[in-house]
Amino acid sequence: MNGLYIEHPGMHTLIEDAGRIGKASLGLTTGGPADRMAFYWANRLLENPRGCAALEITYGGLKLHSSCDTSIAITGADVEIKINNEIVGNWRSIAVSKGDFIEIGYSRNGIKAYLAVKGGIQIPQQFGSCSTVVREHIGGLNGTTLEKGDWLPITNVQCTHTNRLPDDAVPHYSTSLTLRVITGYQYQQFSERERRRFFSSEYQVSSQWDRMGYRLIGPEIQFPKTNMLSEGIAYGAVQIPADGQPIILLNDRQTIGGYPKIGSVFSLDADKLGQCQQGASIRFEPISIENAHNELHLAQSRFKKIQFIKEAVTR
Amino acid sequence: MSLTPDSQAVQHTKAKPVQFYVEVASENSLIIYFGVSNASQQVQITPTLCAAITKAQALIRSSLGALVVDTIPSYASLLITYDIWKVDHFHILTQLENLLNGVYLDQQESGRTITLPVYYHTSVGPDLQRIADHQGISVEDVIELHQQQDYYVYTIGFAPGFAYLGEVSDKIAMPRLATPRAAVARGSVAIADKQTAVYPQTSPGGWNIIGRCPIPMFNPAQQPPIPVAVGDKVRFNAIGEKQFLALGGKI
Repeated sequence: MNGLYIEHPGMHTLIEDAGRIGKASLGLTTGGPADRMAFYWANRLLENPRGCAALEITYGGLKLHSSCDTSIAITGADVEIKINNEIVGNWRSIAVSKGDFIEIGYSRNGIKAYLAVKGGIQIPQQFGSCSTVVREHIGGLNGTTLEKGDWLPITNVQCTHTNRLPDDAVPHYSTSLTLRVITGYQYQQFSERERRRFFSSEYQVSSQWDRMGYRLIGPEIQFPKTNMLSEGIAYGAVQIPADGQPIILLNDRQTIGGYPKIGSVFSLDADKLGQCQQGASIRFEPISIENAHNELHLAQSRFKKIQFIKEAVTR
Repeated sequence: MSLTPDSQAVQHTKAKPVQFYVEVASENSLIIYFGVSNASQQVQITPTLCAAITKAQALIRSSLGALVVDTIPSYASLLITYDIWKVDHFHILTQLENLLNGVYLDQQESGRTITLPVYYHTSVGPDLQRIADHQGISVEDVIELHQQQDYYVYTIGFAPGFAYLGEVSDKIAMPRLATPRAAVARGSVAIADKQTAVYPQTSPGGWNIIGRCPIPMFNPAQQPPIPVAVGDKVRFNAIGEKQFLALGGKI
């Protein structure tokens, strides 16, 4: 069978597709790429269906061999990519030949790079998705991160031309973000003073951040009630636990929880948060749900309209 | 979608329509709070309310089809995630309100009753004695009280297969541990306040452990992967060590 052999797994590399949707009633979280836009770009560069299983490489450091001809695309965090010791570019499709040795360096801007393969990584789905959720031991190869010696089955197909994203469309990942929040859940029960404090303060990402959530440090937000019933948690939900320090819940969040929530971070901004780590500076800004929908549709339209620079396959 | 409010009204001459209000939860989700009509009211958790939520969830799924991506029921709420490329929040809100106006608080529907065997013993239930001491009863009393009643499955979540069951007798209710344990063994049967549950996987936890259940609460290879569903009743049945091991239990 054709595939990619993992020579070195990197610090934290996961197989992710678009996510495990519709299984929350079983207690299963959604998973999926922490930076969805970068993941979608990687698949689009290869002219794959948008949810094809790809690698989410945190911090980089991945080394692999290909057993067949294929094409790959690497997006997201800025990493140095070498094929047989020769530097190649990211945000473009790259032809790979049988026996090639691919090395992904450490991230220089952003922390999560996506490596997509023509046709996607061909592994069985669990509960309708290949996405790895380490906490649940679900998805991926064995419900966990890639390990040395892992084998990722792929198809022996190469792109007939090279697609490259124009430079002005390549995102830069900032460590100082303003996250737009759709106010909701218990928002009305927070006092006016606490809401103002939330939207006028600066927070830092603490040492506790992962695919489940980002715990922030900054001015405390108070909530009047002490006991609350557990309820369903949306992607991006901003929890305010008893210590008043916000927690932004992301892809691998628990399905239900009992802390008050002031609203949820807009998904296009949550993507950018996924590229941040400890010490990043975070501010919040309210956005109406109408404007959020509008922004999403505009972003979708821009994503579809951007034309790749097409070149003949050179390597 | 077809709604027939008139015939429903006839059918439910004694039943009351369920109270609810809806809040935005995120760019593509709304949360319905049941049993109250605004946030200042205090909700009463009952199996009847929970049955109404289960009915509302089924009605929403069957009526709105692919517009709804996922639903998460809990004690007194239902989170609805919708497909933002097919519907906007105004439209989905109107649809939800129309559907929910047809949901009544009936007598509790008779769901299934699932019996789960439990090996109650201090070797696998390190908090049995603590509960007994706290309540001034014997360990045998704690075991007897835990298995003598049916529990209602209020919600499943937090982790795959983690079913929140309620409510235990006041005589064995017990607050969570001040410091959670780093690892609670898979299958552990535990109490937190008036809730009880079986840990589906080894995980950190602060509930009081009273025994161990040999039946897997989450098995991805099995259909269905979880032996219970929201709305079911669960009864625990004490078994001995030999039977526990014979059923695949591990100490």
